[in-house]
Amino acid sequence: MSDYERILKFHIFRYNPQKKGDKPRMVTYEITEAPGMTVFIALNEIREQQDPSIQFDFVCRAGICGSCAMVINGQPTLACRTLTSKYESGEIKLLPLPGFELIGDLSVNTGKFMRAMSERVESWIHDTNADMVDYNKLEERMDPDVADKIYELERCVECGCCVSACATKRMRPDFLSAVGFMRLARFALDPRDKRTDEEFYEIMGDDDGVFGCMTLLGCEDYCPKDLPHQTQIAYLRRKMVLVK
Amino acid sequence: MKVIYTDSLVIGGGLAGLRVAIASMQRGYDTIVLSLIPAKRSHSAAAQGGMQASLGACIKGDGDDEDIHFADTVKGSDWGCDQEVARAFVNTSPKAIRQLAAWGVPWTRVRAGDQDVVINNEKVTITEKLESHGLISARDFGGTKKWRTCFTADGAGHTMLYAMDNKAIQMGIPVHERKEALALIHDDGVCYGAIVRDLITGDLIAYIAKATTIATGGYGRLYSVTTNAVISEGIGNAIALQTGIASLGNMEAVQFHPTGIVPVAILMTEGCRGDGGLLLDKDGYRFMPDYEPAKKELASRDVVSRRMTEHMRKGKGIPSRYGDHLWLDIRLLGRKHIEKNLREVKEICEYFLGIDPVEELIPVRPTQHYSMGGIRTKPTGESPALKGLFSAGEAACWDMHGFNRLGGNSVAETVVAGMIVGEYVADYCAANPLNISTTTIEHFMKQEEKKITDLLMKEFGENPFELKAAMQKVMMDKVGIFRNGPDLEQAVEELKVLNQRAKNIALRNRISSSNPELVEAIRVPMMIKLAQCVAYGAFLRTESRGAHAREDYPERNDKDWLKRTLTTWKDESADLPELSYEELDVMKMEMPPGSRGYGVDNIVHHPDTKKRTSQIETIREANPGADRFEISEILNPITIPEKFKGKNERIGRGFK
Repeated sequence: MSDYERILKFHIFRYNPQKKGDKPRMVTYEITEAPGMTVFIALNEIREQQDPSIQFDFVCRAGICGSCAMVINGQPTLACRTLTSKYESGEIKLLPLPGFELIGDLSVNTGKFMRAMSERVESWIHDTNADMVDYNKLEERMDPDVADKIYELERCVECGCCVSACATKRMRPDFLSAVGFMRLARFALDPRDKRTDEEFYEIMGDDDGVFGCMTLLGCEDYCPKDLPHQTQIAYLRRKMVLVK
Repeated sequence: MKVIYTDSLVIGGGLAGLRVAIASMQRGYDTIVLSLIPAKRSHSAAAQGGMQASLGACIKGDGDDEDIHFADTVKGSDWGCDQEVARAFVNTSPKAIRQLAAWGVPWTRVRAGDQDVVINNEKVTITEKLESHGLISARDFGGTKKWRTCFTADGAGHTMLYAMDNKAIQMGIPVHERKEALALIHDDGVCYGAIVRDLITGDLIAYIAKATTIATGGYGRLYSVTTNAVISEGIGNAIALQTGIASLGNMEAVQFHPTGIVPVAILMTEGCRGDGGLLLDKDGYRFMPDYEPAKKELASRDVVSRRMTEHMRKGKGIPSRYGDHLWLDIRLLGRKHIEKNLREVKEICEYFLGIDPVEELIPVRPTQHYSMGGIRTKPTGESPALKGLFSAGEAACWDMHGFNRLGGNSVAETVVAGMIVGEYVADYCAANPLNISTTTIEHFMKQEEKKITDLLMKEFGENPFELKAAMQKVMMDKVGIFRNGPDLEQAVEELKVLNQRAKNIALRNRISSSNPELVEAIRVPMMIKLAQCVAYGAFLRTESRGAHAREDYPERNDKDWLKRTLTTWKDESADLPELSYEELDVMKMEMPPGSRGYGVDNIVHHPDTKKRTSQIETIREANPGADRFEISEILNPITIPEKFKGKNERIGRGFK
């Protein structure tokens, strides 16, 4: 990291739908780069020192919670762990994540979308015994490899990058998207979930489900957690096409 | 006036809040969760390491049980905890983890046969038993006698939170997102819900409930360098304090985690050291064995943080433009292990430091991490002062952590307290009618409306961001790892000034809807008051206990200080909170005060300690046939809902 201080130019999308007469526009803010500066640090500095009205979402600021996805120089990604040093020109353009309801500026309502997705795919263990389980007794055993594999698919943080990078979603507003497929793949793999393939077909066996995917795979390209979207979508399609 | 009625109102959508909501919903009570953010983004997700439960399935956890977990927890707390609560907790933790397994957490499982691990800087092979294959495994953590921290690779908190929120969604529990509780509604010593601001529209809504539970997490953001999420600002604690009735317990008990990265203060999980990672100084020297020959890097967190600070004060730190730091070395664990069980650590190192921890050292220093203090509750989770107000998780001083929390006991507390307190919340809903006058609701509504209008009208005044930064600096510099009288006194005085200045905040962006500056302007005065509680409590506590380390009073003084600090703020215009103390009764302790086994023993004993020790011996001798459960029942009878009273089964041991 060089000690040379450069001036960064942030071009930020501004629009507050709550404010009557407000119009969408791009506003440029200049700040001095600091060593190890992330977009999280920069945005807070801009808010504290230049424009206190600017809206954005951060929670963990460590790449864990998925709150801060936005489009940075054309690519959807987590802002908290994006170092400004990555951009040689020093020009950084920030847009809100497309595909979600805009709250204001860079803040979008991913929460509402994700809750609806969870309800739609019934994102829970389907087992009538799950509530009757006698927790005083030894837990049901699970193959250690199976447990590891489930976790691999459960690492999704619901950031929404896959949704915003999805061309099919642009054409089909109700398209379930990779985040939903990954969740379904996770439960389909889990021996504790007693749903049959036929039941999964009911959820995703149509064009708004897994058959609608055009396999352009923006999800695979932009997933900050490097989840295996391509493999899982292919797996689900094959699994669903075999349902009689 | 917009009013929403429910039975059980839960403020906070992390693990503790969701678990309370699930409990009250299961019992048939209408339940609403309020959250600043989507529930799955709560700070619970950041717990990478794991959850302590004495399942004893893995070989290094063999022989573990509730009693050993209890002893570790009480020792870890430096005898500052409520032993009744600690006992209820350790007995329930195995049930909590098994319930979560049924709800979908993919806990890492025991794999039978030889496993290569690193213990004390050496590669060792341990052999897991065939009969344990497929049961929930555990890893080593600081301050524990056994490997007891159950985990999901590197994402224990994430998988727990997802399973919990999914359960809540399955049950149809509404989570009202982007809502902030600004004040509790109460009348004649009873709490009836909260005045809540919609963070998008700016609307104020009165949520009226029989039972109100605060589960808003800790107050780490009172400090400038913290591992905590940006929302961990203690507002749940502050609105309880604001009632002038509910009290906060042990606010001065603030934990520093040994390994936050420099400069951004993101946590490197204790799993790094639990799995065999080392701490090195500027000469590449492993210094912890010199200070703590027995537990080394795996001494309790408060101890390791102090030893690191001591070592840096000797000039052994690595200088950087952000101050001195030390190294965390996990290279010896190997790529395969790091990429599977410490992947989050690797990602954080890559993204924030630009280094590969498989080959490079990680710059770390002690960083604010956990708030042991919080809303004082009874073992039921209810405030002893304000009826109908409950609290669970980090927001509460339930008090199982005393003056220092063990790693792996925090997410464990969230779900266990959620289970136990959730039952009492449901009991409360069953036993109490909702009887509140709209005049009372209007009174609180108008009060909050006025605060906001005043802020929006004011043309010139203080900048809330600046006040916050000033407060965070005072806390970091003067109310940190090592504390002393003169610094604390200064901190108390400087915070008083900030408290005054906070009454004069003005906004640059004067709109009532979605407005981050207004959010800040509402929170900062509350945060400063909380900071005053922490600093003043630390100044008056003239002893060292757990994470509260006074250089001018290095001894743990059981004789004068075996008591819990209680803080209230009755007069809003007062300069300082009111402090009182609640004695811990040695004669009721299952485990009378003793040594934690770190460094030189430096205790001023309580006169009852000897008495209680010999009394316990007499009780044991008088009950030669009693098993460990019966002895525990005599020594430490606990309040716990009927459904959690069963004994826990363990492999190879049954229910013994």
